[in-house]
Amino acid sequence: MPSPAKTRTAPKAATAPQPDYRIERLTLDNGLRVVLSPDPSSPVVAVAVYYDVGMRSEPEGRTGFAHLFEHLMFQGSANLGKTEHFTHVQGNGGTLNGSTHVDYTNYYEVMPSEATELALFLEADRMRSVAVTQENLDNQIAVVQNEIRVNVLNRPYGGFPWLLMPPVLYSDFANSHNGYGDFVDLESSTLEDAQGFFDRYYAPGNAVLTVVGDIDVEQVKGWVQGHFGDIPRRKVPKRPSFREPLPTQERRATVHDHLAPAPAVALAWRVPDPVDLTTFLPYVVLAEVLTDGDASRLQERMLLEDRSATHISGYLGLLGDPLDARDPTPFLLEVHHPEETPVDTVLDTVDQEITRLGSEGLSAEELARTVARMTARYLREVDSVLGRATTMSVFEQQRDRAELVNELPGLLRQVTPDQVQAAAATLTKDTRTVLELRPGSPA
Amino acid sequence: MTTVEKRPVPPLAKPRTAKLPSVAERTLENGLRVLAVRRPGVPLAELRLRIPFAGPSGRSGRSFTAQASLLGDTLLSGTDQRDAAQLAADVQALGGQLSASTDADRLGFGGSVLVGGLPGLLGILGEVLTGASYPKREVLGERDRLVQELAIYRSQAAVVAREALLRRLYGDHPYGRELPSAEEVEDVKPSSLRTLHAKRVAPGGSILTIVGDLPPNKAIAHVEAALSGWTASSKAYDTPRLPSTPDQPALLLDRPGAVQTTLRMAASAPSRADADYAPFVLANLVFGGYFSSRWVANIREDKGYTYSPHAQVEHPPAGSRVTISADVSTPTTAPALLETLYELGRVATTAVTQGELDQARRYAVGSLALGTSTQAGLASTLSQLAGAGLGVEYLRDYPKQLAAVTVEDALAAGSRYLAPNRLTTVLVGDVDQVQAPLRTLVDLELE
Repeated sequence: MPSPAKTRTAPKAATAPQPDYRIERLTLDNGLRVVLSPDPSSPVVAVAVYYDVGMRSEPEGRTGFAHLFEHLMFQGSANLGKTEHFTHVQGNGGTLNGSTHVDYTNYYEVMPSEATELALFLEADRMRSVAVTQENLDNQIAVVQNEIRVNVLNRPYGGFPWLLMPPVLYSDFANSHNGYGDFVDLESSTLEDAQGFFDRYYAPGNAVLTVVGDIDVEQVKGWVQGHFGDIPRRKVPKRPSFREPLPTQERRATVHDHLAPAPAVALAWRVPDPVDLTTFLPYVVLAEVLTDGDASRLQERMLLEDRSATHISGYLGLLGDPLDARDPTPFLLEVHHPEETPVDTVLDTVDQEITRLGSEGLSAEELARTVARMTARYLREVDSVLGRATTMSVFEQQRDRAELVNELPGLLRQVTPDQVQAAAATLTKDTRTVLELRPGSPA
Repeated sequence: MTTVEKRPVPPLAKPRTAKLPSVAERTLENGLRVLAVRRPGVPLAELRLRIPFAGPSGRSGRSFTAQASLLGDTLLSGTDQRDAAQLAADVQALGGQLSASTDADRLGFGGSVLVGGLPGLLGILGEVLTGASYPKREVLGERDRLVQELAIYRSQAAVVAREALLRRLYGDHPYGRELPSAEEVEDVKPSSLRTLHAKRVAPGGSILTIVGDLPPNKAIAHVEAALSGWTASSKAYDTPRLPSTPDQPALLLDRPGAVQTTLRMAASAPSRADADYAPFVLANLVFGGYFSSRWVANIREDKGYTYSPHAQVEHPPAGSRVTISADVSTPTTAPALLETLYELGRVATTAVTQGELDQARRYAVGSLALGTSTQAGLASTLSQLAGAGLGVEYLRDYPKQLAAVTVEDALAAGSRYLAPNRLTTVLVGDVDQVQAPLRTLVDLELE
């Protein structure tokens, strides 16, 4: 049966008003940067602390340490014993977590707003000092190993491509090593390592504190001063550049996955420094034009027409969040395909579609509908106090501008078809890195 | 050494309770029940549509599951007016997203859109509900893709364990097989999807929930304009009654060389409307339902056997259940099961402390508040409640029920629902390494 002809006229893509979340900031004498954003619409609050250290800062021999250390931050602090941090938060109706990224480590609580001061106290307490025993360190090494087993070792496609791509794409240890950690490195980690890491990277001046939700700004300023103000100022490490030369020829590697039933392939290209959003956002839009939904270039071609793939995703940044990493960072495509489709067919098809976009460009209509959905998805994310707090924190930490939370939809709207076309033209065959995943064991 | 004075933990401020959302409701002439709530914040609207879609037990139920799965995957593959790509482009242009899926009880649509695009999205939804065309080429393509996806899905230990657990709990009831087999999918014909759609995709008994930055009466008017033409009728199909679960030994499935064992245990649990529900929730939280629980403290924070143990309650309409899950390192499999049985036995036979109970209670109340603080969270919550026959008052009444639970109530619920001898157990791991130690604790069945 032939598909119905596309006779309908395209509707004009929707636009949204710019958000106007109020933002206040202060910097304490010890260097802690603070962002406050009141919103009385629900009686909840998010408190987030972002430390400017991530997997890239791990020294050789200590792979996975940034993440292990994140676990240790829940094991006790100046005035709190093990598990008390959790019980204070959850036992007062809140949720909490922490996560380790390539360039930062974050900690947050989302709580009923009557617990705002409590959450600030808890974060201040572990910024003041961390208190880990050998027993708790051993325990958390075992927990982290089990985290790696469940997410990587006992899982098909585990770590694909976020752990498997960096060693192919990058050359420098900082960028290429396994951020979850080698078991040998994890097991040899010591309390001295932990104290040293805390002293060096967890200085107040190396952190951003963000409070979003049902708060009185003046009252919270007082609490912040009261709980964080007397944490001594410490030297803030100068963040090194992790930049490394761009690949000048195609890089290729193959991994075998004995748990995977079908092949997959990941492609990566280096993109411009994300700190400058005007040159970076066209790539973020490009990923959507190529892979977001049935009307995207690669999905329409490979899922609907050729049936050469079963799943396609495209995104910026190893962890899938375009705005949370600094330079260097990749544009990634991940394609799962049937065994009957040779990987070269997949690569050729991807290359054809990217080349076509790079030479012929895209219509204003295609761009507008792509941006319309990106904007809606973004607004949905920042509807939650936590989504807003995490977004503001990264913007403040990496770009000194929490206000970008309001400005991002406008910046997306300014991206032009020419910019997206130009971005596509840089994703060439000779600058790509290709990682094939083959099911089964090596022959 | 200097003594540092402990800093006091600050007290809580006076709680500010969220206002109960005001829900406008109307049942359209075609039988569709519409709920709408205004929730400003972001200029979006969320929609959730639930269409009863239960299949029968037994052999015919298996082919129904396959058809229903593929129907969910191809509902948006084209209508008499637009092909799949055009449909997707038009949804996108509204700043919208729309997806469909089926489970053992219902066909569900979820969507969100820039609020000005709500009429447009509802129009597309109406077009799909009344005119999904299931084009042969798309259906055959999605059929192949579903087969591939099922293979990938089933390569995960967690999925293997869940499927085995549900089969053991529910046998040949639809809940016993959430997913079709590859063969059952390959047997589905495009024409059978059109027949199934005509027979079952009907407004009577269906519920549409809209939460967004617009007045509820306006939302309802948009729905009426877009969906009044949806007039299919269907008889009522209730999910079959659940069979009783027989006593069975623990099932151990082999995953040769696995570095972890996937442990799952489950049993029936009270529904939200049951008087036992609030005491059960609190007993379960104290046992293992949140991070600050005894089980997590024991097998993770004390012994390091696992990363993310949790006890979760699900509410399929024919019967709620509690499932406890932990992926434990292979050498600690038997010790982890021992501690799990111990903690279950403890909450079933000895009273929790008042402190444990109060802490769990505050967590349960707080979670409800956090979960309904966004448009998307409120829409999902109201839709789920409506599917269970509960209204928005539940958001007000449930905290009161939690407040009334005593230590004695929690013990009664713990012994009634969390006693280790009533849970069905499945383990997926390396049989050679874990079998002998496990046999010292429980009877085992190997497949």
